[in-house]
Amino acid sequence: MHKLLKKIIWILITLLGVAAVTGIALNRGEHINALWFVAAALSVYSIAYRFYASWIAAEVLTVDDTRATPAERLDNGKDFVPTNRWIVFGHHFAAIAGPGPLVGPTLAAQFGYLPGTLWILFGAVLGGCVQDMVTLFLSTRRDAKSLGQMARDELGPLGGTAALVGTFSIMIILIAVLGLVVVNAMKHSPWATATVAATIPIAMIVGFYMRFFRPGQVLEASALGVILLLLSVVAGGWIDNHPELRKLFDHEGLMLAWCVMAYGFAAAILPVWLLLAPRDYLSTYIKVGTITLLAVAIIILQPEVKMPAMTQFIDGTGPIFGGKLFPFVFITIACGAISGFHSLIASGTTPKLLINERDIRMIGYGAMLLESFVALMAMIAATVLDPGVFFAINSPAGVVGLAEVDAVAKISSWGFPVTVEQMQLLANQMGESTLFARTGGAPSLAVGMASIFGSAFGEKLLALWYHFAIMFEAIFILTTLDAGTRVGRFMLQDMLGNFWPKMGETSWAPSVVFTSALVVGGWGYFLYIGVIDPNGGVNILWPLFGIANQLLAAIALCVATGILVKSDKFKYAWVTGVPLLWLVVITSSAAWEKIASDDVRIGFFAGAEDLAAKLAAGSFTPEKAKIAPQLIVNLQLDAWLTLFFVALLWLIVFDMLRVSYRYLVGKSVPPLAEVSYSPSRLIEEWVRD
Amino acid sequence: MLNNIKAAWRLLRRLSGDDAYERYLEHFARHHNVDCLHACDRPLSKKDFFKQWQDEKWHGVKRCC
Repeated sequence: MHKLLKKIIWILITLLGVAAVTGIALNRGEHINALWFVAAALSVYSIAYRFYASWIAAEVLTVDDTRATPAERLDNGKDFVPTNRWIVFGHHFAAIAGPGPLVGPTLAAQFGYLPGTLWILFGAVLGGCVQDMVTLFLSTRRDAKSLGQMARDELGPLGGTAALVGTFSIMIILIAVLGLVVVNAMKHSPWATATVAATIPIAMIVGFYMRFFRPGQVLEASALGVILLLLSVVAGGWIDNHPELRKLFDHEGLMLAWCVMAYGFAAAILPVWLLLAPRDYLSTYIKVGTITLLAVAIIILQPEVKMPAMTQFIDGTGPIFGGKLFPFVFITIACGAISGFHSLIASGTTPKLLINERDIRMIGYGAMLLESFVALMAMIAATVLDPGVFFAINSPAGVVGLAEVDAVAKISSWGFPVTVEQMQLLANQMGESTLFARTGGAPSLAVGMASIFGSAFGEKLLALWYHFAIMFEAIFILTTLDAGTRVGRFMLQDMLGNFWPKMGETSWAPSVVFTSALVVGGWGYFLYIGVIDPNGGVNILWPLFGIANQLLAAIALCVATGILVKSDKFKYAWVTGVPLLWLVVITSSAAWEKIASDDVRIGFFAGAEDLAAKLAAGSFTPEKAKIAPQLIVNLQLDAWLTLFFVALLWLIVFDMLRVSYRYLVGKSVPPLAEVSYSPSRLIEEWVRD
Repeated sequence: MLNNIKAAWRLLRRLSGDDAYERYLEHFARHHNVDCLHACDRPLSKKDFFKQWQDEKWHGVKRCC
């Protein structure tokens, strides 16, 4: 009876899932309730988690709950600590969930809601979750080694170096694009700028409190910080209304970009307790709180999705970024479906806390499901806006024209009616002077969130909700920015230490300043170009970031596939091999288009040639003629960078195939680095916890 | 009900690291000085422990995109 009931329940869940997904997919021309998206997601996730993830854990990985984990064997009470699985889940999720899944889906909404939604759902359950879970498992079996170390041990020095270089480059591009998103949200918005600026001293107050005033009282200090942050949103509004004060925070994008760079540099050299650690606490609370609030609001309000299932921009002519549906929807969604960056957390950090291999499914696979759900909510928040409004906010001036009248005419001509008055009213409601051309995803997401929150929790507070949403995004974008700059600094110090040991000392001041400046200079350059680019910069940087991120995922899947083959599990190698193949196909074809396309909005070289020709013909305004040479050099650099990424990808894929082939024909390969079995003594003790 | 609130509070303290020092003391009591008579190691003070804990927590890649 019990078994039968279970079967019936799973059949019902499957039917609901099929109905919701087909409903979403086949709906044409009518508004569709966002609750269908939630239903589709929950049923797809439950089925995948219950059946596919269990099968991978039991058959492919053969997790062994009697085996002692590194946390147990190497327990030192500091970084290796056996920890309750829900706590590990919390830490792991907080670490993997960044701004990527919020920005990507918002940009991909230019294709309509359907392509992005499908990839968020199925990319996650078949690709992203598998990558995270398998990497977590492999690292757990190898004393919590990092992805780079595992690549070196299992494939060879080439794989290890590729992982290191890949991680470093993705970090640079990622920080630049995130910086650009924040700058675009703050430019000429005194309210947003003042609020974001206030987060810095607030973090420092919290830092002092935790370090000196009441050492270790993390919750007290965080509660204080969260209250101050909420006050800073309100205070931003006062500043915005003050005729003198508002001028202090009213800046051009370029000026703000310099500030972000100065901030990044300061954060990389200041001690962690002063800025980085307290900011991270605050951003984690705000992030988890806001995401929960958004989910609750969507369920209460059940908003209608107004964006069509697919727009005409699947042909590659989209205003936000150029490029056809294939492969650019996959590159753009990136983190919400599969994110290579997660493999850095799943190896090295999380395995040090894991009590039992049995929990690998819940933590590795489960946390990524939740991340995919966050991406889906971002997609909902972007598509509940009137499409005309969505495109007016996100289309750069270089595409639709600088004058508001031109912009609305152009956008309306695409079949997405919008008026200047409508945009002005919306801007007034949100407490902004204008919402046109705020490319990057953060402002349109904030408008979407504000309208959802506003309808669910009080219409009058729209401006407050909008700036709360901006603060929410900015605070953890800045956390990624300073954490990333610092990690980049450590990696660079490590690399330079091979040539000049003194440089490798992480506390030697000249080395700290030199490497921090180099890292900030790296992403600062791309940020600078992104800000001066009249096409918004996001159209260049985001695809580059997507390619780099998917490259890192491919490296992780290569390591996993190679190990599966070496563990005599060739028949299961498709579990990681198929997502790998797909990533190779999408990154290679996206890279090919970015390099070779004749379309000036897609191909980097084509774009550079077009600019050069126009510059030579003298058809630019003097202002644009001044920046054109820099844009040309940058486009060429981007092309070479893309080529480098894709070469790195193929190199590591061939390395993995070489190792696998050698193993299968019985030639010598690097031995499996798995630590030998030792029985766990924690099982009984921790079950109760 | 009260038990649930207590459990939630414990979870929150654990997640945020608010109870890290208490857990460290427990770990210390369990693993060190089990049978020492004279020269026992002393656990770190709360302030020193927190310093170390915070600095170590921030070594390596801790946040994604």
